[in-house]
Amino acid sequence: MVKPKRIIIKEEYCIGCRLCEIYCVTKHSCAKEIIKMYKEKKIASESGICFEEKGSISFAIQCRHCDDAPCLEACITGAMFRDKDTGRVLHNKEKCVGCWMCVMVCPVGVVKISQSEKRVASKCDLCIDREFPACVENCPNEAIYVVDYEGKKITKE
Amino acid sequence: MAKSKNISDFVIERDQNRCIKCHACVRVCANDVHFKDDATSEVASDDSKCVGCHFCEDLCPTGALVIRKNPSETRENAHWKKEYIYRIVRQAETGGIVLTGMGCDRPYKNYFDHILLNAAQVTNPSIDPLREPMELKTFIGRKIDAVNLDDLNWKTTSIDEIMSGLLELEVPIMFSAMSFGSISLNACKAIAEAAKLCGTYWNTGEGGLHQSLYPYADRAIVQIASGRFGVSSEYLSRAAAVEIKIGQGAKPGIGGHLPGEKVSQEISLTRMIPQGSDAISPAPHHDIYSIEDLRQLIFAIKETVDYKKPVGVKIAAVHNVAPIASGIVRAGADFITIDGVRGGTGAAPVVIRDNVGIPIEIAIAVVDQRLRDEGIRNQISIVAAGGFRTSSDIIKAITLGADAVYIGTSALIALGCHVCQKCYTGKCNWGIATQDPYLTRRLNPEIGTKRLCNLLRAWSLEMKEMLGGMGINAIESLRGNREQLRGIDLSEIELKILGIKHAGESW
Repeated sequence: MVKPKRIIIKEEYCIGCRLCEIYCVTKHSCAKEIIKMYKEKKIASESGICFEEKGSISFAIQCRHCDDAPCLEACITGAMFRDKDTGRVLHNKEKCVGCWMCVMVCPVGVVKISQSEKRVASKCDLCIDREFPACVENCPNEAIYVVDYEGKKITKE
Repeated sequence: MAKSKNISDFVIERDQNRCIKCHACVRVCANDVHFKDDATSEVASDDSKCVGCHFCEDLCPTGALVIRKNPSETRENAHWKKEYIYRIVRQAETGGIVLTGMGCDRPYKNYFDHILLNAAQVTNPSIDPLREPMELKTFIGRKIDAVNLDDLNWKTTSIDEIMSGLLELEVPIMFSAMSFGSISLNACKAIAEAAKLCGTYWNTGEGGLHQSLYPYADRAIVQIASGRFGVSSEYLSRAAAVEIKIGQGAKPGIGGHLPGEKVSQEISLTRMIPQGSDAISPAPHHDIYSIEDLRQLIFAIKETVDYKKPVGVKIAAVHNVAPIASGIVRAGADFITIDGVRGGTGAAPVVIRDNVGIPIEIAIAVVDQRLRDEGIRNQISIVAAGGFRTSSDIIKAITLGADAVYIGTSALIALGCHVCQKCYTGKCNWGIATQDPYLTRRLNPEIGTKRLCNLLRAWSLEMKEMLGGMGINAIESLRGNREQLRGIDLSEIELKILGIKHAGESW
């Protein structure tokens, strides 16, 4: 099985600006420009990020794309599947019936109930069509970064 | 009726067509400038709290924010300028000393801007630093008067032994004294690691050496100031060099005060004072009232470090700087740090910062000349500090006679600082001059180290270009080589003090 790259969180450098969410939503919407998307209400998706905050500590967590993903076992329709080429856990909206079993079993709580579409779950796809996920690319303090399957940091240079 | 005037320095222009109400600005501003207006559901701003640090402007994903200078003007008056009027208003309301941060911002003559560099033409060739070796290596410390080659037994003595006790710098730029307390631990870490990676030194300031900075201690110049915070024999033995701080350019003759609320557990352990107690550095060292007293302290430290490490003295550039420097050499110091009027600080009374001291350009020139006249220049290294903005400022300082320079403000700007001069509030949005755990996390030391290394690399490349242009291949050949400088728009007395010729005069 191909091992997916992962997003690592450095919570000690998260400044709590939540820009990762904004760029995630923009990336997954039909309008790729932030202002247009927000102003013209073209928001087509939820952010795949769960932002947690308490006191001065905050962090943004995305789907871990677990090796033994419980959501794959729990999915009754096969909507949640592992992509053979990248090893990522992906979600097929067409097949999803909204039973929320994936939401129930996710050990880190990053599968969300979609607010924009009915009976569909929503989660991070590691920005399938680009090398750097939008959240990582736009984090102002490098509080989230990508590592390959061996745990080596992937940088732009 | 004396009603308080609106004294907001800045106005925040929010383009509501661009604002997507993501509330990033609301979340990040430490001064609580931005807020969600429940009545209109729009994001609004309170201009009077804005300090002009531009954190929100830089972070805004849509560029909806522009911070502008407040255009509201009092009737134009060359004498009663707006800032003086508002300062009086503030003092009439509070009855206190007006504090500020960073260095002097008055438009005093900047001598760096009135000095021009030479270049080689026809009669001597210029050098291409990309093709030929170019050396910026600098040694800080007492250099021996002469090496008697006949007396040396080269089988038992190596050149390293002759040069022992000197600091070896790959670039003649060090990071100046900024204590853990005045700046955050993350900022200290970034500076310390950059110094280690780039082969230069950083200075602990008066805050002691935090445990997590021990790996960088071999590149640390530790400071002993009037409060003696964090000083122990271990502190001295870990360091590369020791610096006795008498004064600093931003507030000569004034002590320091770190308020108790900033003395967290970490700072209390590092400074060796009780948690929550005010850290007060007296104005003078109470055991130093003369050059002889200074000599005693210098040699007490030298005894402790076994005469293996250079011991320096830092003073502010004041009117009598040249004779004081001469005394410091005779007191046995290995390097002298001179901090000019534009040197920065975390907190100082604004009247002191803006009105006390002399420019560093002049101080370097007079100290170097005085020590050369007395034949003791080789016994000490001169480290200049106070407002170096570009590599050309540094080249000019070295040509005037400095051995190396300290950069403080430039290093902080590389870390994000926008010189808003509000360091004393402890609410630095960039995570530099603050101890608030919510704010310090904004400075990722990994990014900071990278940026500082980039800055030093860029400046050393530029310095090599300038050196090559002058046909010089080592910074050592430029040191005190004032024939390479020409003054422009300077009076005769200024030229005489700087020891340089006017533009147009040949050798």
